[in-house]
Amino acid sequence: MDTTAQPDDLLLETAPLTRRRWFRLTMVFVFLLIFGAIRVPMEVELNKEHRAAFFHGAKLDMSLRQQIGQMSFLAALGGFRAVVADGLFIMAHVDWQNTQWGKMLFLYNNVTALQPRNVMFWDTAAWQMAYNASAYYLNDPREPHMALRLKRQHEYFLIGEDFLKRGIANNPDHFKLYESLGMVYRDKLFDHYNASLQFKSAAQFPDSPTYEVRFAAYELSYSPGHEHEAYDELVRLYKMGEKEWLPTLLKRIKDLQEQLNIPANQRINIPENELPPHH
Amino acid sequence: MTPTSTLYADAPARHVFFSPARIWAIATNTLLDLIRQKVFYFLLIFAVLAIGISPFINQFNFQDQFQFLKDMCLGAMSIFTWLLSVLATAMLLPKDIEDRTLYTILAKPVPRFEYLLGKFLGIMLLLFISLLLMSVIFVITLYGREQFALADTMRYYANAPADVLQAQLKSIHDASFTISLIPGILIIFVKGSIFASLTLLISTFASSMIFTIMVSVACNFIGHLQAIARDVWLSPGTAGPLARSFLALVALVFPDLQLFNLVDDIVAGNTISLILFTKTAALGALYTCIYLLLAYFIFAAKEL
Repeated sequence: MDTTAQPDDLLLETAPLTRRRWFRLTMVFVFLLIFGAIRVPMEVELNKEHRAAFFHGAKLDMSLRQQIGQMSFLAALGGFRAVVADGLFIMAHVDWQNTQWGKMLFLYNNVTALQPRNVMFWDTAAWQMAYNASAYYLNDPREPHMALRLKRQHEYFLIGEDFLKRGIANNPDHFKLYESLGMVYRDKLFDHYNASLQFKSAAQFPDSPTYEVRFAAYELSYSPGHEHEAYDELVRLYKMGEKEWLPTLLKRIKDLQEQLNIPANQRINIPENELPPHH
Repeated sequence: MTPTSTLYADAPARHVFFSPARIWAIATNTLLDLIRQKVFYFLLIFAVLAIGISPFINQFNFQDQFQFLKDMCLGAMSIFTWLLSVLATAMLLPKDIEDRTLYTILAKPVPRFEYLLGKFLGIMLLLFISLLLMSVIFVITLYGREQFALADTMRYYANAPADVLQAQLKSIHDASFTISLIPGILIIFVKGSIFASLTLLISTFASSMIFTIMVSVACNFIGHLQAIARDVWLSPGTAGPLARSFLALVALVFPDLQLFNLVDDIVAGNTISLILFTKTAALGALYTCIYLLLAYFIFAAKEL
Protein backbone atom coordinates (compact mmCIF):
# COMPACT_ATOMS: atom_id res chain seq x y z
CA MET A 1 0.00 0.00 0.00
CA ASP A 2 1.37 3.37 -1.04
CA THR A 3 1.36 5.68 1.93
CA THR A 4 2.99 8.64 0.13
CA ALA A 5 0.51 11.47 -0.19
CA GLN A 6 -0.05 12.72 -3.73
CA PRO A 7 -0.28 16.46 -4.44
CA ASP A 8 -4.01 16.16 -5.18
CA ASP A 9 -4.61 14.43 -1.85
CA LEU A 10 -2.81 17.21 -0.04
CA LEU A 11 -4.97 19.78 -1.76
CA LEU A 12 -8.08 17.89 -0.75
CA GLU A 13 -6.88 17.84 2.84
CA THR A 14 -5.87 21.49 3.11
CA ALA A 15 -8.92 22.93 1.36
CA PRO A 16 -11.34 22.32 4.25
CA LEU A 17 -8.77 23.74 6.67
CA THR A 18 -8.51 26.94 4.67
CA ARG A 19 -12.28 27.13 4.49
CA ARG A 20 -12.42 26.57 8.24
CA ARG A 21 -9.87 29.32 8.77
CA TRP A 22 -11.88 31.75 6.69
CA PHE A 23 -15.03 30.69 8.48
CA ARG A 24 -13.36 31.46 11.81
CA LEU A 25 -12.14 34.85 10.57
CA THR A 26 -15.66 35.69 9.39
CA MET A 27 -17.01 34.62 12.76
CA VAL A 28 -14.49 36.90 14.48
CA PHE A 29 -15.57 39.80 12.28
CA VAL A 30 -19.25 39.15 13.03
CA PHE A 31 -18.46 38.88 16.74
CA LEU A 32 -16.58 42.20 16.60
CA LEU A 33 -19.64 43.81 15.02
CA ILE A 34 -21.92 42.40 17.73
CA PHE A 35 -19.48 43.44 20.44
CA GLY A 36 -19.32 46.88 18.79
CA ALA A 37 -23.10 47.21 18.90
CA ILE A 38 -23.01 46.44 22.63
CA ARG A 39 -20.06 48.66 23.52
CA VAL A 40 -20.84 51.78 21.40
CA PRO A 41 -23.60 52.97 23.80
CA MET A 42 -21.17 52.33 26.68
CA GLU A 43 -18.48 54.35 24.92
CA VAL A 44 -20.88 57.21 24.19
CA GLU A 45 -21.92 57.30 27.84
CA LEU A 46 -18.34 57.13 29.12
CA ASN A 47 -17.33 59.84 26.67
CA LYS A 48 -20.08 62.08 28.07
CA GLU A 49 -18.82 61.45 31.60
CA HIS A 50 -15.25 62.23 30.54
CA ARG A 51 -16.36 65.50 28.97
CA ALA A 52 -18.34 66.42 32.06
CA ALA A 53 -15.10 65.95 33.99
CA PHE A 54 -13.34 68.30 31.50
CA PHE A 55 -11.49 65.59 29.55
CA HIS A 56 -11.17 65.52 25.72
CA GLY A 57 -11.88 69.25 25.40
CA ALA A 58 -9.37 69.77 22.58
CA LYS A 59 -10.84 70.86 19.27
CA LEU A 60 -9.00 68.64 16.81
CA ASP A 61 -10.65 69.88 13.63
CA MET A 62 -9.53 70.49 10.06
CA SER A 63 -8.62 74.13 10.62
CA LEU A 64 -6.19 73.07 13.37
CA ARG A 65 -4.80 70.39 11.06
CA GLN A 66 -4.07 73.03 8.41
CA GLN A 67 -2.37 75.25 10.96
CA ILE A 68 -0.14 72.80 12.80
CA GLY A 69 0.67 70.47 9.90
CA GLN A 70 -0.22 66.89 9.21
CA MET A 71 2.45 65.23 11.36
CA SER A 72 1.69 67.31 14.43
CA PHE A 73 -2.01 66.74 13.92
CA LEU A 74 -1.50 62.99 13.67
CA ALA A 75 0.65 63.06 16.80
CA ALA A 76 -2.04 65.05 18.59
CA LEU A 77 -4.67 62.55 17.46
CA GLY A 78 -2.45 59.69 18.54
CA GLY A 79 -2.44 60.78 22.14
CA PHE A 80 0.50 63.18 22.17
CA ARG A 81 -1.40 66.45 22.32
CA ALA A 82 0.56 67.70 25.31
CA VAL A 83 3.92 67.16 23.63
CA VAL A 84 2.79 68.90 20.43
CA ALA A 85 1.35 71.78 22.47
CA ASP A 86 4.64 72.10 24.39
CA GLY A 87 6.57 72.24 21.11
CA LEU A 88 4.33 75.02 19.79
CA PHE A 89 4.55 76.85 23.12
CA ILE A 90 8.36 76.80 22.97
CA MET A 91 8.18 78.06 19.37
CA ALA A 92 6.00 80.93 20.57
CA HIS A 93 8.59 81.67 23.26
CA VAL A 94 11.31 81.91 20.58
CA ASP A 95 9.04 84.22 18.56
CA TRP A 96 8.63 86.39 21.62
CA GLN A 97 12.39 86.90 21.70
CA ASN A 98 12.09 88.04 18.08
CA THR A 99 8.96 90.16 18.84
CA GLN A 100 6.87 88.36 16.21
CA TRP A 101 3.53 89.07 17.84
CA GLY A 102 1.32 87.95 14.96
CA LYS A 103 3.02 84.58 14.79
CA MET A 104 2.80 84.25 18.56
CA LEU A 105 -0.93 84.89 18.46
CA PHE A 106 -1.29 82.18 15.81
CA LEU A 107 0.77 79.72 17.86
CA TYR A 108 -0.99 80.47 21.14
CA ASN A 109 -4.35 79.88 19.48
CA ASN A 110 -3.11 76.43 18.45
CA VAL A 111 -1.52 75.68 21.81
CA THR A 112 -4.72 76.49 23.67
CA ALA A 113 -6.83 74.56 21.14
CA LEU A 114 -4.65 71.49 21.77
CA GLN A 115 -4.50 71.82 25.56
CA PRO A 116 -7.57 73.76 26.68
CA ARG A 117 -7.26 72.42 30.24
CA ASN A 118 -3.81 73.88 30.74
CA VAL A 119 -4.35 77.10 32.69
CA MET A 120 -0.72 78.14 32.25
CA PHE A 121 -1.07 78.25 28.44
CA TRP A 122 -4.14 80.52 28.55
CA ASP A 123 -2.56 82.74 31.17
CA THR A 124 0.75 83.11 29.32
CA ALA A 125 -1.01 83.76 26.00
CA ALA A 126 -3.15 86.47 27.58
CA TRP A 127 -0.18 88.05 29.37
CA GLN A 128 1.90 88.12 26.17
CA MET A 129 -0.92 89.77 24.23
CA ALA A 130 -2.40 92.16 26.81
CA TYR A 131 0.87 93.26 28.40
CA ASN A 132 3.81 92.68 26.07
CA ALA A 133 2.34 92.92 22.56
CA SER A 134 0.19 95.93 23.56
CA ALA A 135 3.24 97.72 25.00
CA TYR A 136 5.20 96.97 21.85
CA TYR A 137 2.50 98.42 19.61
CA LEU A 138 2.15 101.52 21.77
CA ASN A 139 5.82 102.22 21.08
CA ASP A 140 5.89 100.80 17.56
CA PRO A 141 8.67 102.74 15.79
CA ARG A 142 7.14 101.98 12.37
CA GLU A 143 3.86 103.74 13.19
CA PRO A 144 4.16 107.54 13.41
CA HIS A 145 0.50 108.19 14.37
CA MET A 146 -0.21 108.01 18.07
CA ALA A 147 -3.94 107.36 17.50
CA LEU A 148 -3.16 104.27 15.45
CA ARG A 149 -0.63 103.07 18.01
CA LEU A 150 -3.24 103.43 20.75
CA LYS A 151 -5.77 101.58 18.59
CA ARG A 152 -3.37 98.65 18.09
CA GLN A 153 -2.55 98.67 21.78
CA HIS A 154 -6.24 98.46 22.66
CA GLU A 155 -6.75 95.63 20.16
CA TYR A 156 -4.12 93.58 21.98
CA PHE A 157 -5.75 94.33 25.34
CA LEU A 158 -8.92 92.82 23.91
CA ILE A 159 -7.04 89.81 22.49
CA GLY A 160 -5.64 89.18 25.97
CA GLU A 161 -9.12 89.53 27.45
CA ASP A 162 -10.47 87.11 24.85
CA PHE A 163 -7.83 84.48 25.72
CA LEU A 164 -8.77 84.72 29.39
CA LYS A 165 -12.50 84.52 28.71
CA ARG A 166 -12.02 81.42 26.56
CA GLY A 167 -9.68 80.02 29.15
CA ILE A 168 -12.29 80.49 31.87
CA ALA A 169 -14.93 78.83 29.68
CA ASN A 170 -12.63 75.77 29.50
CA ASN A 171 -11.41 75.99 33.11
CA PRO A 172 -14.25 77.35 35.21
CA ASP A 173 -12.93 75.35 38.17
CA HIS A 174 -9.63 77.22 38.59
CA PHE A 175 -9.14 80.64 40.22
CA LYS A 176 -6.03 81.75 38.31
CA LEU A 177 -7.67 82.88 35.08
CA TYR A 178 -10.36 84.88 36.93
CA GLU A 179 -7.56 86.65 38.76
CA SER A 180 -5.64 87.35 35.54
CA LEU A 181 -8.79 88.66 33.85
CA GLY A 182 -9.38 90.90 36.86
CA MET A 183 -5.86 92.28 36.46
CA VAL A 184 -6.39 92.97 32.74
CA TYR A 185 -9.60 94.87 33.56
CA ARG A 186 -7.87 96.70 36.41
CA ASP A 187 -4.53 97.55 34.82
CA LYS A 188 -5.26 97.72 31.11
CA LEU A 189 -8.92 98.35 30.41
CA PHE A 190 -9.58 100.33 33.63
CA ASP A 191 -12.92 98.60 34.01
CA HIS A 192 -12.92 98.48 37.80
CA TYR A 193 -16.37 97.01 38.25
CA ASN A 194 -15.63 94.02 36.00
CA ALA A 195 -12.23 93.68 37.67
CA SER A 196 -14.01 93.50 41.03
CA LEU A 197 -16.37 90.81 39.74
CA GLN A 198 -13.45 88.71 38.49
CA PHE A 199 -11.50 88.99 41.75
CA LYS A 200 -14.68 88.09 43.60
CA SER A 201 -15.08 85.00 41.41
CA ALA A 202 -11.46 84.04 42.07
CA ALA A 203 -12.01 84.47 45.82
CA GLN A 204 -14.78 81.83 45.75
CA PHE A 205 -12.21 79.05 45.31
CA PRO A 206 -10.89 77.54 48.53
CA ASP A 207 -7.33 77.36 47.19
CA SER A 208 -7.23 80.99 46.01
CA PRO A 209 -4.88 83.47 47.73
CA THR A 210 -6.40 85.58 50.49
CA TYR A 211 -5.71 88.84 48.64
CA GLU A 212 -8.46 88.10 46.08
CA VAL A 213 -11.16 89.30 48.52
CA ARG A 214 -9.25 92.54 49.19
CA PHE A 215 -8.61 93.09 45.48
CA ALA A 216 -12.35 92.68 44.79
CA ALA A 217 -13.17 95.27 47.45
CA TYR A 218 -10.51 97.73 46.24
CA GLU A 219 -11.77 97.57 42.67
CA LEU A 220 -15.37 97.95 43.78
CA SER A 221 -14.36 101.10 45.64
CA TYR A 222 -13.22 102.62 42.32
CA SER A 223 -16.47 101.68 40.55
CA PRO A 224 -18.86 104.63 40.20
CA GLY A 225 -22.24 103.86 41.79
CA HIS A 226 -20.89 101.04 43.98
CA GLU A 227 -19.16 103.12 46.66
CA HIS A 228 -21.57 102.24 49.48
CA GLU A 229 -21.33 98.56 48.69
CA ALA A 230 -17.54 98.84 48.57
CA TYR A 231 -17.37 100.76 51.83
CA ASP A 232 -19.41 98.09 53.63
CA GLU A 233 -17.10 95.38 52.27
CA LEU A 234 -13.94 97.26 53.24
CA VAL A 235 -15.27 97.85 56.76
CA ARG A 236 -16.13 94.15 56.99
CA LEU A 237 -12.56 93.29 56.10
CA TYR A 238 -11.23 95.90 58.54
CA LYS A 239 -13.23 94.34 61.35
CA MET A 240 -11.67 90.94 60.64
CA GLY A 241 -8.58 92.04 62.53
CA GLU A 242 -5.16 93.59 62.29
CA LYS A 243 -3.91 91.20 59.63
CA GLU A 244 -6.29 92.89 57.20
CA TRP A 245 -5.19 96.43 58.09
CA LEU A 246 -3.03 96.83 55.07
CA PRO A 247 -2.10 100.33 53.85
CA THR A 248 -4.23 100.18 50.69
CA LEU A 249 -7.28 98.95 52.61
CA LEU A 250 -6.94 101.76 55.17
CA LYS A 251 -6.47 104.33 52.45
CA ARG A 252 -9.54 103.18 50.54
CA ILE A 253 -11.64 103.32 53.72
CA LYS A 254 -10.38 106.79 54.51
CA ASP A 255 -11.03 108.03 50.96
CA LEU A 256 -14.53 106.55 50.86
CA GLN A 257 -15.39 108.02 54.25
CA GLU A 258 -14.60 111.42 52.77
CA GLN A 259 -16.34 110.71 49.48
CA LEU A 260 -19.52 109.34 51.09
CA ASN A 261 -19.61 111.91 53.88
CA ILE A 262 -19.79 109.26 56.56
CA PRO A 263 -20.77 110.93 59.86
CA ALA A 264 -17.78 111.49 62.13
CA ASN A 265 -19.14 109.27 64.90
CA GLN A 266 -19.47 106.34 62.49
CA ARG A 267 -16.05 106.72 60.90
CA ILE A 268 -13.10 104.46 61.52
CA ASN A 269 -10.25 106.51 62.85
CA ILE A 270 -7.22 105.82 60.69
CA PRO A 271 -3.96 107.45 61.79
CA GLU A 272 -1.91 109.09 59.03
CA ASN A 273 1.16 106.97 59.81
CA GLU A 274 -0.80 103.79 58.92
CA LEU A 275 -1.42 104.99 55.35
CA PRO A 276 0.85 104.36 52.36
CA PRO A 277 3.72 106.90 52.07
CA HIS A 278 2.34 108.49 48.87
CA HIS A 279 -0.99 109.26 50.52
CA MET B 1 16.69 21.75 29.14
CA THR B 2 14.29 24.68 29.14
CA PRO B 3 12.31 25.67 32.23
CA THR B 4 9.13 24.74 30.39
CA SER B 5 10.36 21.22 29.80
CA THR B 6 11.14 20.79 33.53
CA LEU B 7 7.70 22.00 34.43
CA TYR B 8 6.18 18.59 34.82
CA ALA B 9 9.10 16.83 36.47
CA ASP B 10 7.32 16.66 39.82
CA ALA B 11 3.78 17.09 38.54
CA PRO B 12 1.10 14.57 39.43
CA ALA B 13 0.14 12.13 36.74
CA ARG B 14 -3.38 13.51 36.38
CA HIS B 15 -3.50 16.34 33.86
CA VAL B 16 -5.14 19.53 35.07
CA PHE B 17 -7.22 21.27 32.43
CA PHE B 18 -6.38 24.77 33.62
CA SER B 19 -3.11 25.36 35.41
CA PRO B 20 -2.06 28.84 36.60
CA ALA B 21 1.41 27.39 37.27
CA ARG B 22 1.81 26.43 33.61
CA ILE B 23 0.59 29.86 32.49
CA TRP B 24 2.99 31.53 34.91
CA ALA B 25 5.88 29.39 33.62
CA ILE B 26 5.13 30.43 30.03
CA ALA B 27 4.72 34.06 31.12
CA THR B 28 8.04 34.21 32.97
CA ASN B 29 9.81 32.46 30.11
CA THR B 30 8.36 34.98 27.68
CA LEU B 31 9.54 37.82 29.90
CA LEU B 32 13.03 36.33 30.26
CA ASP B 33 13.23 35.81 26.53
CA LEU B 34 12.32 39.47 25.93
CA ILE B 35 14.81 40.64 28.57
CA ARG B 36 17.53 38.59 26.85
CA GLN B 37 16.75 40.56 23.71
CA LYS B 38 17.80 43.70 25.63
CA VAL B 39 14.47 45.50 25.27
CA PHE B 40 15.18 47.50 28.42
CA TYR B 41 17.90 49.47 26.64
CA PHE B 42 15.13 51.88 25.69
CA LEU B 43 15.19 53.03 29.32
CA LEU B 44 18.52 54.70 28.60
CA ILE B 45 16.84 56.77 25.91
CA PHE B 46 14.07 57.61 28.34
CA ALA B 47 16.53 58.66 31.05
CA VAL B 48 18.52 60.78 28.59
CA LEU B 49 15.27 62.42 27.48
CA ALA B 50 14.11 63.08 31.06
CA ILE B 51 17.42 64.52 32.21
CA GLY B 52 18.64 65.94 28.92
CA ILE B 53 15.59 68.16 28.42
CA SER B 54 16.71 70.42 31.30
CA PRO B 55 19.08 72.75 29.41
CA PHE B 56 16.36 73.49 26.87
CA ILE B 57 13.73 74.52 29.39
CA ASN B 58 15.85 76.40 31.93
CA GLN B 59 14.84 79.76 30.48
CA PHE B 60 11.21 79.16 31.52
CA ASN B 61 9.79 79.60 35.01
CA PHE B 62 9.54 76.62 37.36
CA GLN B 63 5.87 75.95 36.65
CA ASP B 64 6.57 75.84 32.91
CA GLN B 65 9.58 73.60 33.46
CA PHE B 66 7.56 71.10 35.51
CA GLN B 67 4.85 71.18 32.87
CA PHE B 68 7.28 70.42 30.04
CA LEU B 69 9.03 67.71 32.02
CA LYS B 70 5.75 65.97 32.86
CA ASP B 71 4.44 66.29 29.31
CA MET B 72 7.66 64.96 27.78
CA CYS B 73 8.10 62.09 30.24
CA LEU B 74 4.49 60.93 30.15
CA GLY B 75 4.43 61.34 26.36
CA ALA B 76 7.59 59.21 26.14
CA MET B 77 6.02 56.66 28.50
CA SER B 78 3.00 56.43 26.19
CA ILE B 79 5.17 56.02 23.09
CA PHE B 80 7.49 53.41 24.61
CA THR B 81 4.59 51.44 26.09
CA TRP B 82 2.81 51.43 22.75
CA LEU B 83 5.96 50.42 20.86
CA LEU B 84 6.79 47.68 23.33
CA SER B 85 3.28 46.28 23.36
CA VAL B 86 3.03 46.17 19.56
CA LEU B 87 6.57 45.08 18.66
CA ALA B 88 7.06 42.56 21.45
CA THR B 89 3.65 40.97 20.86
CA ALA B 90 3.99 40.92 17.08
CA MET B 91 7.16 38.83 17.29
CA LEU B 92 5.86 36.32 19.85
CA LEU B 93 4.18 33.76 17.62
CA PRO B 94 6.46 34.06 14.54
CA LYS B 95 9.54 33.71 16.77
CA ASP B 96 8.16 30.69 18.59
CA ILE B 97 7.29 29.06 15.27
CA GLU B 98 10.72 29.86 13.85
CA ASP B 99 12.52 28.55 16.96
CA ARG B 100 10.20 25.53 17.06
CA THR B 101 9.48 26.38 20.70
CA LEU B 102 5.79 26.49 19.94
CA TYR B 103 5.79 22.84 18.82
CA THR B 104 7.77 21.76 21.86
CA ILE B 105 5.30 23.42 24.19
CA LEU B 106 2.13 22.32 22.40
CA ALA B 107 3.43 18.76 22.09
CA LYS B 108 3.13 18.62 25.87
CA PRO B 109 -0.28 18.65 27.54
CA VAL B 110 -0.49 22.45 27.40
CA PRO B 111 -3.80 23.71 26.02
CA ARG B 112 -3.52 26.40 23.41
CA PHE B 113 -5.40 28.95 25.54
CA GLU B 114 -2.84 28.49 28.31
CA TYR B 115 -0.03 29.08 25.87
CA LEU B 116 -1.70 32.23 24.53
CA LEU B 117 -2.56 33.51 28.00
CA GLY B 118 0.97 32.81 29.22
CA LYS B 119 2.47 34.72 26.30
CA PHE B 120 0.10 37.63 26.92
CA LEU B 121 0.91 37.72 30.63
CA GLY B 122 4.60 37.77 29.76
CA ILE B 123 4.04 40.89 27.69
CA MET B 124 1.98 42.41 30.51
CA LEU B 125 4.84 41.77 32.93
CA LEU B 126 7.23 43.45 30.52
CA LEU B 127 4.95 46.49 30.19
CA PHE B 128 4.45 46.68 33.94
CA ILE B 129 8.18 46.55 34.71
CA SER B 130 8.96 49.04 31.95
CA LEU B 131 6.34 51.51 33.16
CA LEU B 132 7.48 51.08 36.74
CA LEU B 133 11.10 51.79 35.85
CA MET B 134 10.14 54.75 33.67
CA SER B 135 7.97 56.10 36.50
CA VAL B 136 10.88 55.80 38.93
CA ILE B 137 13.19 57.71 36.57
CA PHE B 138 10.45 60.29 36.03
CA VAL B 139 9.78 60.80 39.74
CA ILE B 140 13.49 61.05 40.59
CA THR B 141 14.02 63.65 37.85
CA LEU B 142 10.98 65.61 38.94
CA TYR B 143 12.00 65.42 42.59
CA GLY B 144 15.51 66.66 41.81
CA ARG B 145 14.14 69.61 39.86
CA GLU B 146 11.62 70.36 42.62
CA GLN B 147 14.40 70.47 45.25
CA PHE B 148 16.39 72.81 43.05
CA ALA B 149 13.33 75.03 42.55
CA LEU B 150 12.56 75.09 46.28
CA ALA B 151 16.12 76.05 47.19
CA ASP B 152 16.17 78.77 44.56
CA THR B 153 12.81 80.17 45.65
CA MET B 154 13.77 80.21 49.33
CA ARG B 155 16.91 82.12 48.43
CA TYR B 156 14.99 84.58 46.23
CA TYR B 157 12.20 85.20 48.75
CA ALA B 158 14.45 85.18 51.81
CA ASN B 159 13.32 88.67 52.86
CA ALA B 160 9.68 88.34 51.78
CA PRO B 161 6.80 87.89 54.30
CA ALA B 162 6.28 84.30 55.46
CA ASP B 163 2.89 83.90 53.75
CA VAL B 164 4.31 85.04 50.39
CA LEU B 165 7.17 82.54 50.70
CA GLN B 166 4.73 79.78 51.68
CA ALA B 167 2.50 80.59 48.69
CA GLN B 168 5.49 80.35 46.35
CA LEU B 169 6.65 77.06 47.85
CA LYS B 170 3.11 75.68 47.64
CA SER B 171 2.88 76.61 43.96
CA ILE B 172 6.12 74.66 43.33
CA HIS B 173 4.84 71.61 45.24
CA ASP B 174 1.54 71.75 43.34
CA ALA B 175 3.32 71.98 39.98
CA SER B 176 5.59 69.03 40.75
CA PHE B 177 4.57 65.38 41.19
CA THR B 178 1.00 64.95 42.39
CA ILE B 179 -1.01 61.85 43.24
CA SER B 180 -3.37 62.66 40.35
CA LEU B 181 -0.60 61.58 37.93
CA ILE B 182 -0.83 57.95 39.09
CA PRO B 183 -4.20 57.22 37.38
CA GLY B 184 -2.71 58.73 34.22
CA ILE B 185 0.21 56.29 34.34
CA LEU B 186 -2.16 53.38 35.06
CA ILE B 187 -4.29 54.31 32.07
CA ILE B 188 -1.15 54.13 29.90
CA PHE B 189 -0.77 50.54 31.14
CA VAL B 190 -4.42 49.76 30.36
CA LYS B 191 -3.98 51.16 26.87
CA GLY B 192 -0.82 49.07 26.50
CA SER B 193 -2.80 45.94 27.40
CA ILE B 194 -5.39 46.76 24.71
CA PHE B 195 -2.64 47.17 22.11
CA ALA B 196 -0.97 43.93 23.20
CA SER B 197 -4.19 41.89 23.04
CA LEU B 198 -5.18 43.45 19.71
CA THR B 199 -1.74 42.73 18.26
CA LEU B 200 -1.94 39.17 19.56
CA LEU B 201 -5.31 38.76 17.85
CA ILE B 202 -3.87 40.05 14.57
CA SER B 203 -0.79 37.85 14.85
CA THR B 204 -2.92 34.69 15.15
CA PHE B 205 -4.05 35.03 11.54
CA ALA B 206 -1.29 37.24 10.10
CA SER B 207 1.04 35.82 7.50
CA SER B 208 4.09 37.77 8.70
CA MET B 209 5.38 39.93 11.53
CA ILE B 210 5.48 43.01 9.27
CA PHE B 211 1.81 42.50 8.45
CA THR B 212 0.96 42.26 12.17
CA ILE B 213 2.85 45.45 12.99
CA MET B 214 1.39 47.39 10.07
CA VAL B 215 -2.19 46.36 10.84
CA SER B 216 -1.69 47.07 14.54
CA VAL B 217 -0.29 50.55 13.83
CA ALA B 218 -3.20 51.20 11.46
CA CYS B 219 -5.64 50.06 14.16
CA ASN B 220 -3.98 52.52 16.54
CA PHE B 221 -4.58 55.47 14.22
CA ILE B 222 -8.10 54.37 13.29
CA GLY B 223 -8.88 53.73 16.96
CA HIS B 224 -7.94 57.31 17.78
CA LEU B 225 -10.31 58.52 15.05
CA GLN B 226 -13.09 56.10 15.97
CA ALA B 227 -14.84 58.64 18.21
CA ILE B 228 -15.13 61.10 15.32
CA ALA B 229 -16.51 58.37 13.03
CA ARG B 230 -18.97 57.28 15.74
CA ASP B 231 -20.20 60.83 16.38
CA VAL B 232 -20.84 61.43 12.67
CA TRP B 233 -22.52 58.05 12.33
CA LEU B 234 -24.81 58.70 15.29
CA SER B 235 -25.67 62.26 14.17
CA PRO B 236 -28.46 62.02 11.60
CA GLY B 237 -28.14 64.05 8.43
CA THR B 238 -24.39 64.65 8.64
CA ALA B 239 -23.39 62.18 5.94
CA GLY B 240 -24.83 60.16 3.07
CA PRO B 241 -26.02 56.56 3.57
CA LEU B 242 -22.87 55.03 2.06
CA ALA B 243 -20.56 57.19 4.16
CA ARG B 244 -22.60 56.47 7.28
CA SER B 245 -22.43 52.73 6.64
CA PHE B 246 -18.66 52.97 6.38
CA LEU B 247 -18.45 55.08 9.54
CA ALA B 248 -20.69 52.61 11.37
CA LEU B 249 -18.34 49.82 10.37
CA VAL B 250 -15.35 51.77 11.70
CA ALA B 251 -17.18 52.58 14.95
CA LEU B 252 -18.28 48.99 15.50
CA VAL B 253 -15.07 47.18 14.62
CA PHE B 254 -12.39 49.45 16.09
CA PRO B 255 -11.96 50.40 19.75
CA ASP B 256 -12.33 54.01 20.90
CA LEU B 257 -8.76 54.72 21.95
CA GLN B 258 -9.42 58.41 22.66
CA LEU B 259 -11.18 57.28 25.83
CA PHE B 260 -7.79 56.19 27.13
CA ASN B 261 -6.03 59.46 26.29
CA LEU B 262 -6.45 60.97 29.70
CA VAL B 263 -2.86 61.68 30.59
CA ASP B 264 -2.67 64.94 28.55
CA ASP B 265 -5.50 66.45 30.55
CA ILE B 266 -4.27 64.98 33.84
CA VAL B 267 -0.86 66.62 33.37
CA ALA B 268 -2.65 69.89 32.63
CA GLY B 269 -4.18 69.73 36.10
CA ASN B 270 -7.35 67.72 35.59
CA THR B 271 -8.18 65.13 38.20
CA ILE B 272 -10.07 61.93 37.49
CA SER B 273 -12.52 60.55 40.02
CA LEU B 274 -12.10 56.98 41.23
CA ILE B 275 -15.43 55.97 39.68
CA LEU B 276 -14.54 57.40 36.29
CA PHE B 277 -11.10 55.84 36.41
CA THR B 278 -12.60 52.45 37.33
CA LYS B 279 -15.13 52.66 34.48
CA THR B 280 -12.41 53.55 31.98
CA ALA B 281 -10.08 50.81 33.21
CA ALA B 282 -12.97 48.31 33.17
CA LEU B 283 -13.73 49.15 29.55
CA GLY B 284 -10.04 48.62 28.76
CA ALA B 285 -10.12 45.26 30.54
CA LEU B 286 -13.24 44.30 28.57
CA TYR B 287 -11.52 45.10 25.27
CA THR B 288 -8.50 43.08 26.34
CA CYS B 289 -10.59 40.05 27.34
CA ILE B 290 -12.60 40.10 24.11
CA TYR B 291 -9.50 40.39 21.93
CA LEU B 292 -7.83 37.57 23.85
CA LEU B 293 -10.91 35.41 23.47
CA LEU B 294 -11.01 36.03 19.74
CA ALA B 295 -7.28 35.41 19.46
CA TYR B 296 -7.80 32.03 21.09
CA PHE B 297 -10.76 31.30 18.81
CA ILE B 298 -8.50 31.68 15.76
CA PHE B 299 -5.40 30.17 17.34
CA ALA B 300 -7.31 27.07 18.43
CA ALA B 301 -7.96 26.19 14.79
CA LYS B 302 -4.61 27.36 13.48
CA GLU B 303 -2.79 24.73 11.46
CA LEU B 304 0.68 24.38 12.94
